[in-house]
Amino acid sequence: MAEINPSMSLSNPMPPVLNGVQKIATAVGSIGLLFLMIAWAGVNLPSSGLILGVSFALIATAILLFAWQAYMTVPEGIKNNGVFFSSIAYRGILGWGAGILITGFYVCLYWFPSTLEQVIRMHDGLSMFLRGKAADQWFVYGTFYTFAVIFMGIKFILKYKHNTYQIIRTISVMFFQLGFAFLLPAFLATMNQPEEYFSYFWPLDSYALRPDWIAGKADLGTFGYWIIGIGIALPFVVTPILTYLYGKRWYCSWVCGCGGLAETAGDPFRQLSDKSLKAWKIERWMIYSVLVAVVLLTVLLWVNHQTHNQLLGGITEPYKKAYGFLIAQMFSGVIGVGFYPIMGSRVWCRFGCPMAALLGLQQKFFSRFRITTNGGQCISCGNCSTYCEMGIDVRSYAQKGQNVVRASCVGCGICAAVCPRGVLRLENGSVDINQRTEDLRTIHITEGQVKILSMDA
Amino acid sequence: MHIAIIGNGISGITAARHIRKLSDHKITIISAETEHFFSRTALMYVYMGHMRSQDIKPYEDWFWAKNRIDLVHDYVEKVNYEAKSLQMRSGKPISYDKLILAVGSKPNKFGWPGQDLKGVGGMYSFQDLEYMEEYSKGLDRAVIVGGGLIGIEMAEMFHSRHIPVSFLVREKSYWNGVLPAEESAMINRHILEHGIDLRLSTELKEIKDDGKGQANAVMTNKGNTIPCRFVGLTAGVRPNIGFLAEGDLETQRGILVNEYLETNIPDVYAIGDCAQARNPQPGRRPIEAIWYTGRMMGETVAHTICKQKTKYVPRLWFNSAKFFDIEYQVYGDVRAKAPENHDSLYWEREDGKASIRLVYDKNEGHILGFNLMGIRYRHEVCEKWLLSKTSLKEVVQNLSLANFDPEFYKQYETQIVALYNEKMEDKISLKKKRSLNSVLRFLGSRG
Repeated sequence: MAEINPSMSLSNPMPPVLNGVQKIATAVGSIGLLFLMIAWAGVNLPSSGLILGVSFALIATAILLFAWQAYMTVPEGIKNNGVFFSSIAYRGILGWGAGILITGFYVCLYWFPSTLEQVIRMHDGLSMFLRGKAADQWFVYGTFYTFAVIFMGIKFILKYKHNTYQIIRTISVMFFQLGFAFLLPAFLATMNQPEEYFSYFWPLDSYALRPDWIAGKADLGTFGYWIIGIGIALPFVVTPILTYLYGKRWYCSWVCGCGGLAETAGDPFRQLSDKSLKAWKIERWMIYSVLVAVVLLTVLLWVNHQTHNQLLGGITEPYKKAYGFLIAQMFSGVIGVGFYPIMGSRVWCRFGCPMAALLGLQQKFFSRFRITTNGGQCISCGNCSTYCEMGIDVRSYAQKGQNVVRASCVGCGICAAVCPRGVLRLENGSVDINQRTEDLRTIHITEGQVKILSMDA
Repeated sequence: MHIAIIGNGISGITAARHIRKLSDHKITIISAETEHFFSRTALMYVYMGHMRSQDIKPYEDWFWAKNRIDLVHDYVEKVNYEAKSLQMRSGKPISYDKLILAVGSKPNKFGWPGQDLKGVGGMYSFQDLEYMEEYSKGLDRAVIVGGGLIGIEMAEMFHSRHIPVSFLVREKSYWNGVLPAEESAMINRHILEHGIDLRLSTELKEIKDDGKGQANAVMTNKGNTIPCRFVGLTAGVRPNIGFLAEGDLETQRGILVNEYLETNIPDVYAIGDCAQARNPQPGRRPIEAIWYTGRMMGETVAHTICKQKTKYVPRLWFNSAKFFDIEYQVYGDVRAKAPENHDSLYWEREDGKASIRLVYDKNEGHILGFNLMGIRYRHEVCEKWLLSKTSLKEVVQNLSLANFDPEFYKQYETQIVALYNEKMEDKISLKKKRSLNSVLRFLGSRG
């Protein structure tokens, strides 16, 4: 009776859950991960450098195979089907499991590095090759981090294969992670220089600009003075100019390593950010407190230094330790990344990062950047807000025809990508800087004396 | 004054919000559908797992109490216009001083045999969504009847759950009563690309019963039988005026309203999908069941009630949709069948998944409309050109002002210019590169 055209009756080329290739990919990746877990358990693997290479190769192959199946075998478009039915993406068993695993890794990394001894030894070969010295926990961390940004970045690019902004932005974060946060420091190490991270500076790097930091660099001679110069120029000259031109996105979603990880490995979790007004209030208190804290720390250290510990000497040292433990380790590392699958990918960037706070103030008050709302086309669907990793209720602006100018916006552009009606556009313009946030920009129809706001664009 | 609003869709909610902005009147919104307002156009995304049902609520739940808008989750059985009182299902009547009817639509049914079987449903309300969900488990095929916006959304919904779909479209080509032939053909191709069993020029004849009151197949007018356990009826919507039709309220297909959105009964207004204009504006239909018109009517009626009588005068037509992965925007007058004085410049990308159509008046030479597939244009720029009857030539020369695609996207304006030069035997070129500053200067609202 039925004569369904067989070529058309396969509704979706992708069968439910996982297809055959994706099952193989999952198995391959799990084997790769298993080797690393065995080493983490303390087993001294023979030819561990080779095994590490095999592990990485297996995991990379798994990511690429999986992503290829998910995105390259279907038409281009937004790939959010089933996100809120997914265990990993919506706080199911896999999500909690991943959260605990990553958090555990960070705890070991910061406070119990000896538990990672065998994992670190696996990296000796790579470290010798790149830096000319044995690996330590930070080299391992940098390797994992860079690996995640690169391969999850490729996955992200395949997911957004139709979106040039996303592709270029992702290549940028991959480039800065690989080049500036991994290879360049390693290269400097081979030249017997300190491992400098030029994409990481004050106030995010709370060590930068301290008296002992300056003194340490000055000891290096010309190269050291260059580092000091760059370390001062980046926050105080380059940052205000670029933020004026393009908004904080030039750093937060194009250059920054934390942002780079959030945008790649963290992308599957962006919908977990809290969009409530309450969360926004907490955010403002927390992030500006951290900015004040780091400024205070730097100032205290200088006061302390200039007065030879006569003034405030007693409190500066414990304060420095507390900042390092609570903010730099606990917040940015353990919670910032470990809680990706629970609280979303930008917890640190939203609630804690002093650099984001500073860039945000510039973006809010002195920048050409905004997200334009396209006339009256918003249908209040909520995709923009749901997929905002910073928890901005984008819809609340879009539905009243107001441009989005928020200190926290990192300009990832996903709201504009997922909008089903073409309502949002990230853009820069100098003509109207002071009017960017004007309420209900779209008023221009009058009926008698009455202004009808929604009556046309 | 107590203003009661029946219906918490975009029309009723917009009315309530603006009444609150303009006055201190007591406001009560009554809905039997859901306790809180949600975006109806986003229902599909809940089914598809893009969002949860709480994510499609545009306002947090505390919003209503904070703005002193009372919400009543109940069903109005009857309106007593004389006593200005609403008879509620739960018993306790609600009296009002002014009443706004914003009761929305319901799916059309055309008397098909089997249309009331289990497993047959539309896609309009939250309950429809729950109904679809209920029947989706283990569903091996869904048949969708009706080639409009809701039909293709429903196809995309089932498709996202890996449920095979047969899509029956009465017309020769998808939505060709609205889309010009080329755009319509593009969507046909795109539907097929997604593996949907698209059947054009095909109508539903009968829905078959499995003997237990559940649909298990449809028969088409071509004599084909398609086995399926769910049938989606998406052949348009009509005003949901069942409980209002008897009595003194004048209705036809919808509730008849004048230009002030007033019904024949004093202090009773109708807005949104359920309202039918007695004298629609030239070029507009009496019932326009879309999100944007509902929003405008809600705001207009708030002014009429709180400040001064205000005519509902929608000026420029605009709309948008998304067909699977292809976005659609329209500004101005774009017809499926061009009248004698209309002509258009039509450009389509090589991959056949994006297009730009500029409709113009052949005799006068000015722009009439923009039809965009897979490309975003700026609403306000298009509107300004359309309202000021700008010549096609000037529009084409300045087309970059309209481009609203994301940064780094390939821009196609030079190809439109080439098309124009070829057609008009002219040698114009693009005057500007895309820039927000140029746009802001052009719009002249600032700077």
